[in-house]
Amino acid sequence: MPLFDRKDKSRYASFTRRSFGLTGGMAAVFAVLAGRLYQLQIRNGDQYKVEAEDNRVNQRLIAPPRGRILDRFGVELANNRRNYRVLLVSEQATEGVAAALDTIGKVIVLSDAQKKRVLHDIAMNKKFVPVPVAENLSWEEFARINLHLPYLSGVQPDVGETRDYPYGADLSHILGYVAAVSPDDKKDNDDPLLDLPGFRIGKRGIEKAFDEKVRGTAGASRVEVNAYGRVIRELSRDGGVPGEDVWLTIDRELQSFTDQRLGTESAACVVLDAQSGDVLALSSTPGYDPNLFNVGVTPDQWKAMTTDDHKPLLNKALSGAYPPGSTFKPAMALALVQDGAPDFSVNCSGSLTIGNHQFHCWNPHGHGHVDLKRGIAQSCDVFFYEVARRLGIDKMEAAARALGMGAATGIEIPGENSGFIPGAAWKEARYGIPWQMGETLVTGIGQGYVLTTPLQLATLAARIASGRAVSPRIVHTVGGTTQPRPLPDPLPFSADAFAAVREGMNAVCNEGGTAARYRIAEPGLEMAGKTGTAQVRVITKQERSTGVRGNMSLPWKMRDHGLYIAFAPVAAPRYALACIVEHGSTGHPQCQMAHDILLFAQKRDPLNLRAAYPASAAMASPPQLLGGHG
Amino acid sequence: MTTRPYAAARRTLSVTDKLFEVNWGLVLLIGIIACVGFAMLYSVAGGSFEPWAMPQIWKFLLGLAILVTVACIDIRVWLSLAYPAYAFSLLLLIAVVIAGHVGKGAERWLTLGGLGLQPSELMKISLVLALARYLHGLSIEDISKPLNLGIALALIGIPAVFVVLQPNLGTTLIILADGASLLFLAGLSWWWIAPALAAVAVAVPTAWQFVLHDYQKRRVLTFLNPESDALGAGWNITQAKIAIGSGGVSGKGFLQGTQSKLNFLPEKQTDFIITNFGEEFGFVGCIALFILFAVVIGYGIQIANGARSQFGRLLAMGVTLNFFFYIMINASMVMGLIPVVGIPMPLISYGGSAMLTVMFGFGLLMSVHVHRQVEIPRHSGGII
Repeated sequence: MPLFDRKDKSRYASFTRRSFGLTGGMAAVFAVLAGRLYQLQIRNGDQYKVEAEDNRVNQRLIAPPRGRILDRFGVELANNRRNYRVLLVSEQATEGVAAALDTIGKVIVLSDAQKKRVLHDIAMNKKFVPVPVAENLSWEEFARINLHLPYLSGVQPDVGETRDYPYGADLSHILGYVAAVSPDDKKDNDDPLLDLPGFRIGKRGIEKAFDEKVRGTAGASRVEVNAYGRVIRELSRDGGVPGEDVWLTIDRELQSFTDQRLGTESAACVVLDAQSGDVLALSSTPGYDPNLFNVGVTPDQWKAMTTDDHKPLLNKALSGAYPPGSTFKPAMALALVQDGAPDFSVNCSGSLTIGNHQFHCWNPHGHGHVDLKRGIAQSCDVFFYEVARRLGIDKMEAAARALGMGAATGIEIPGENSGFIPGAAWKEARYGIPWQMGETLVTGIGQGYVLTTPLQLATLAARIASGRAVSPRIVHTVGGTTQPRPLPDPLPFSADAFAAVREGMNAVCNEGGTAARYRIAEPGLEMAGKTGTAQVRVITKQERSTGVRGNMSLPWKMRDHGLYIAFAPVAAPRYALACIVEHGSTGHPQCQMAHDILLFAQKRDPLNLRAAYPASAAMASPPQLLGGHG
Repeated sequence: MTTRPYAAARRTLSVTDKLFEVNWGLVLLIGIIACVGFAMLYSVAGGSFEPWAMPQIWKFLLGLAILVTVACIDIRVWLSLAYPAYAFSLLLLIAVVIAGHVGKGAERWLTLGGLGLQPSELMKISLVLALARYLHGLSIEDISKPLNLGIALALIGIPAVFVVLQPNLGTTLIILADGASLLFLAGLSWWWIAPALAAVAVAVPTAWQFVLHDYQKRRVLTFLNPESDALGAGWNITQAKIAIGSGGVSGKGFLQGTQSKLNFLPEKQTDFIITNFGEEFGFVGCIALFILFAVVIGYGIQIANGARSQFGRLLAMGVTLNFFFYIMINASMVMGLIPVVGIPMPLISYGGSAMLTVMFGFGLLMSVHVHRQVEIPRHSGGII
């Protein structure tokens, strides 16, 4: 057999042919690759350059410090404190997010709800966005996390800022609180800050009303990041605009005293500067700790707050509407004098019969001869039935509205109830029945359809005390801008009318009237007031015949509300007050509270202390009507 | 042809003769490409020889020694070692698959003397050797006989099965492509080739259904629409395209690439290293690199056609095609033309196994060149 033969020749020829074929194929592949390179690098190169830059550079939002809320003397009512927190970057959690949370849970306490929230937040954000796992840790917890850090992949300890309310529940109904952003909050707001994990916005009170001012403007840090989102270096930084401070007219000390004095009752009290309407204290008890909402309310805490029959979440001072009862009478008295009958008098026999209906005085024995001063001092119902009969509902309605009832006062705290003042036209429109005389009489003693908020009653007291249409206001300055402070208009009542009513209210306390037991005895600090009681049940004829049941024999919910309006000092009124105790016990707890609060207010006399509003604001403020501020 | 007196025509050459016969121009080309690799490894490490460039240089130098040594060994020795090498590689492959099953995961590595070795890499060269030897013994008529073809297909199929079991789809594809190319070059009848192509067309959907692993399917699916899952499985492709594309015409400059340094590129020092090259040197650089590759391949084709033995021809062409398939699959993969299958760029990607086997392959190519005048009878068993 030969070493080589024809067969070898033919297969060499075939090899050469086919290898050239393959060479052609390879050339084609290289051509395709070159074409692809052309497409990627030359045709779409610019677009990919942008994408590479987007990759490299990350815009990190910087939350600006939230503006503080201060009282008239610069005491911080809401500020920011250091917030030790733990963040988790999901893509750095090598064992997975759930395992990472379990590991963190061994170092600090983590509830299931918290874990659920974290998983949700992580799902909603990009993998490299740090999501808060736990906030407001104690220093000890924070130290423990740092100690275990080598075993906690993806965990970032962080010191941020969080809202703090140093006075807790005392100012809760004024300040409100901040809490996590809800989807609803984002609906008509495109502030990028709202998307920042862990960001808080105002949900109630001043925090809500002035949220955009207090929030500030987001800053941004342009950083070079790697694929894991880890920051390599900062390229540029814009610190944003810090939130503006809000200065309230509140006196923190008077506020805390008022809160403390209302104690555990379901009650509300408002103290105003009688001449300007500045709110010095606005309490509604029980309150709640706004710090809880910042941290996150547990379901148990939430349930406790919403099922409490004392309604801690309700701002009774301006959202609670009550029949004003006898505190409405001074308004009727003003209308009476204005109607030209300052010497109007009545003989009270304990009841008044009109048609076949009997209208009772609170004193079944009657008051005998009653003039305006005695009518107010003794709170004689029959006298005011007659006043109402004389005035008619139209004049009564006009007087009540002139004194600030039946409409929102316009205070800057959201959630105000406008109360209600009935009228003949309203009745006709609403029920299709004409207004009845009996309804006029009942309205005359502040019952029936009439509803007022404690804030409106405080406004009533201030208007009587000053003779001007003062309106309550609580925000003095935002940032460097003083809120408009127009001079209150005069009221459509004569000076004589005011003098007569003030005299009557003075008699309530200082001349043996219904609040004589609660008079302020210190010379020069005396108060003038008016008591009131609002029934929350109907007293039947049968009960009246056997004797009206005492409040203490009734269940708490059925007891009367106790009301009181007052101003002091009588000679030159500076402080006006309204106080209501829901279902108060016998006696007048609200009067005792008012006595203590007005005495405290006058002795401390915040209106004569130098307020600490920002300097530019002081210059912009118009001259005061009466007395000197600061 | 060379002007030297025809040393290579002699059946025996001295070592000095052989060193003169080595195509040093080709070695220089290989060296230049490897230097591109070193530069890229230096770059993706953020301008540092550690941890990749320096070890890679040592591995290349070792590979260079292997290349020269292999080149000087007589081609007939390689002929006689072909089957043992194949058997040895297959055994390692089986060992790795079994170990992988025990370890319940993709197990591709075997540690031999402290050096991580991928038997599938070894298999590519061994297969080319064994197939070249087997086909060397068959005339064109013989090769299309069913029994002979069956044996050849078994030689290809058995390692392919074990590699796909590892699982390592990219290497399987290369093994199949190498084998098919050699059958084609050896003169397989079109009567076989045409139906085979048709069968592949049928087999691809079947493989999709029954053979591919979930992660492999996911790769294919995300490949088809990478932006659908830009932060998940499509990440690799999306980021690789951004890196290459952002290089533009002339690139961002050496060490100026941001994609790899900020870790946006996955496997930046191994399979995806070419993306960094594209980012830093742009279209111009990439085309230049492709030209270097093409020249090396051209040398290979020339060497194959210059050999006077069918074994030498098939071996040279097999090694060259193997090199080509590496480049084609890697480049297509990082540029988003085919799914990510995990094939390194030869001479450039970091990794010892690939570097050593590629250099070993070039050694064989060079041995063919050095011994191009050696004629080997069809039925020779080689010399040992």
